[in-house]
Amino acid sequence: MSDLETFRAETAAWLEANCPPEMREPMTGEEDAVWGGRNATFKPGQKEWLDVMAAKGWTVPDWPKEYGGGGLSRAETKILGQEMARLKCRSPLSSFGIWMLGPALLHFGTEAQKKHFLPPIARGEIRWCQGYSEPGSGSDLASLQTSAVDKGDHFLINGQKIWTSYADKADWIFCLTRTDKNEKHKGISFMLFDMASEGVTTKPIVLISGQSAFCETFFDDVKVPKEYGEGVSSVVYEVNKGWDVAKYLLGHERSMISGGGSEGATSLGAKFADQVGRDEMGRLDDPMLRAQMAEMDIEVLAFRAMAERFGDTFKAGLCHPAQPNMMKYAGTEINKRRHELIMAAGGSEVLEWESDASNGGMTARSWLRTKANSIEGGTSEVMLNVISKQILRLPGA
Amino acid sequence: MPLYLNEDQQMLHDSAAEFMKGEAPVAHLREFRDRQCKDGFSHALWKQFAEMGFTGIMIGEDEGGLGLGHIEAGTVLEEIGRNLTPSPFLTTAVAGVEALNAGGKTLRDKYFPGILAGETVLGLAIDEGAKHRPDQIGMAATREGNGFKLDGKKQFVVQGGSADMLIVAARTSGAAGDDKGLTLFAVDANAAGVSRDSARLVDSAMAAHVQFDGVTVDADAVIGEVDDGDTVLRRLLNAGRAGAAAETLGVGAGSMDITVDYIKGRKQFGELIGSFQALQHRMAHLYSEMEIARAAVLKAQQMLDEGSSQAELMVSVAKAKAGRATALSVKEGVQMHGGVGMTDEYDIGLYMKRDRALQEFMGDANYHTNLVAEMHGY
Repeated sequence: MSDLETFRAETAAWLEANCPPEMREPMTGEEDAVWGGRNATFKPGQKEWLDVMAAKGWTVPDWPKEYGGGGLSRAETKILGQEMARLKCRSPLSSFGIWMLGPALLHFGTEAQKKHFLPPIARGEIRWCQGYSEPGSGSDLASLQTSAVDKGDHFLINGQKIWTSYADKADWIFCLTRTDKNEKHKGISFMLFDMASEGVTTKPIVLISGQSAFCETFFDDVKVPKEYGEGVSSVVYEVNKGWDVAKYLLGHERSMISGGGSEGATSLGAKFADQVGRDEMGRLDDPMLRAQMAEMDIEVLAFRAMAERFGDTFKAGLCHPAQPNMMKYAGTEINKRRHELIMAAGGSEVLEWESDASNGGMTARSWLRTKANSIEGGTSEVMLNVISKQILRLPGA
Repeated sequence: MPLYLNEDQQMLHDSAAEFMKGEAPVAHLREFRDRQCKDGFSHALWKQFAEMGFTGIMIGEDEGGLGLGHIEAGTVLEEIGRNLTPSPFLTTAVAGVEALNAGGKTLRDKYFPGILAGETVLGLAIDEGAKHRPDQIGMAATREGNGFKLDGKKQFVVQGGSADMLIVAARTSGAAGDDKGLTLFAVDANAAGVSRDSARLVDSAMAAHVQFDGVTVDADAVIGEVDDGDTVLRRLLNAGRAGAAAETLGVGAGSMDITVDYIKGRKQFGELIGSFQALQHRMAHLYSEMEIARAAVLKAQQMLDEGSSQAELMVSVAKAKAGRATALSVKEGVQMHGGVGMTDEYDIGLYMKRDRALQEFMGDANYHTNLVAEMHGY
């Protein structure tokens, strides 16, 4: 056996032996995700699964071991993912720390920052949120106004963020602040601070889905120390260079949100035909819905190939640096259309908003949630602007 | 295997790109169209294809070919599409060779040397109506003596008029609609009882209506097994459809490129029209569609080369997706060119015409969308 084949066999055996049976059941909703943090709540099996995976460094398998990762190669990481999928093991930890702050720190952080902040992320001990958007700064994010004034040994933060995901549940925030009012992009800093600091308040926003994953976050004379210990600066990279970090992270975020197009059942038609009804030939008996579902099958399978190609070319350094914008655009638009069809397949039954039969209106709430896909992390329109300028090199501003 | 061209494939692609651009660019198509060539393609160019090794891509190494696969054939087809090169490559060297690969050695020994030399042209006699319906083939092949007698009509036989051999799908048993009972035959195009009536198509290619009146063939003209032509036909169609998708992709990419160039140079209201967001967003959307189509086509080719059981599904996905994306590309291309897009002088209209012909070749997007639903069991 090659080394990788051995790794695959050993990984499969380890997962079989260590993954609690509850963690091999399909997730039934967002509440089944484990987010960790100081105030984490766990369902049966979740804590055990998180702890054994964290001990192996497999919550972040490709991070270096000294920062709490598994130190696995790309090929090994891919195999671990494949084996987890094959054995239906749930992800042990959902975390903006893993998906967003971690990659930024690994790229821009100092050694002291990495050692201080990364291991608690890997173990699920500190839950992070992202402070980017403001009421007046959406698509034009770089116009943000939340100010951070240098007061010698600390910064004084004042302002408001919006669409802060799970700010009310997060322990710490990575936050874009204005450290120079005379510059736009070059006056922004990327800061890390505790949400328990005096002067921080959060207010959940009720969305059309009835859910409140997003908050308004207010900063009122919040004191942020310049250092959290020897060399552990609260600013990532440098003061006034936060936009470089933010741009890097947006790339990550965009490829992450684009995943929507490739999740879930491959074929909606195959999944829903019995429920909708079949004709005497066994075909889904609403010909127009059948046609739309078949078109969606094609979109999903083609986009999966695209995601595979994007991943492969990205790793090999062959893909255009702006390609994540195209992935985000296409993936989110497909996901929205997909959920429209799921609603059409469910008919009046999925209109129920609270009943047990509808699992608390899960289908409808998920459908409404997808509408944010093409807004959050850069709107579809912004993605198209970036493709026009950076990839097609079309003229103009 | 990663989903991008490896070094050897990239080299083949680059040499195909250079060859097509140098020897058979759009001006070459115009030349053959304007002189009303009865074959619709250049026999000299077909010989050059052979000298480049292209015609042997899908022929085994032990039989004098390169022993490569659908991905490699696709790299040549993409450049054929991008340059609108008229050529029997897809029908002869891809779909035709793949059918013969599924048959016996006698037929391969008979036809491969001519294909490798760029002398032989094959025609695919599959369709019997205006739309591609291979499951409804009704043409009869009845046993007679040591062989068979063929009677019936075929149409949309691309380059059928200049073909030396026709691959004919006919019924040896059962009725139209049955899974089994088809047999594929290699029929000499000049055999007694074969009459061919060629017509020039919208894209200037020549396609024939072929009439078979009591055409007798030997038993060794059977490709594969009698009554099991479905096995051979599937391989022929998978190769032809994946190949057509690759050529379509080249048409869409070529059309997009010249349109991007055009809107970067055309000024109205004192500004380059490519600076208008109304055009930029449509162009960026098209870019996204073309990228996804490219991934789907490459995935289908890779799955065919690997012999995956899911390859047929992905081939339909690729044909439909490449078809829809390229249809968008040529329509947006003509619209964004404005008035000059309607003129014969500009190339964009030629891209629109080639796309239309490729849409119908071996099933359009609607046909393959329906197949995808059937393959998913609904």
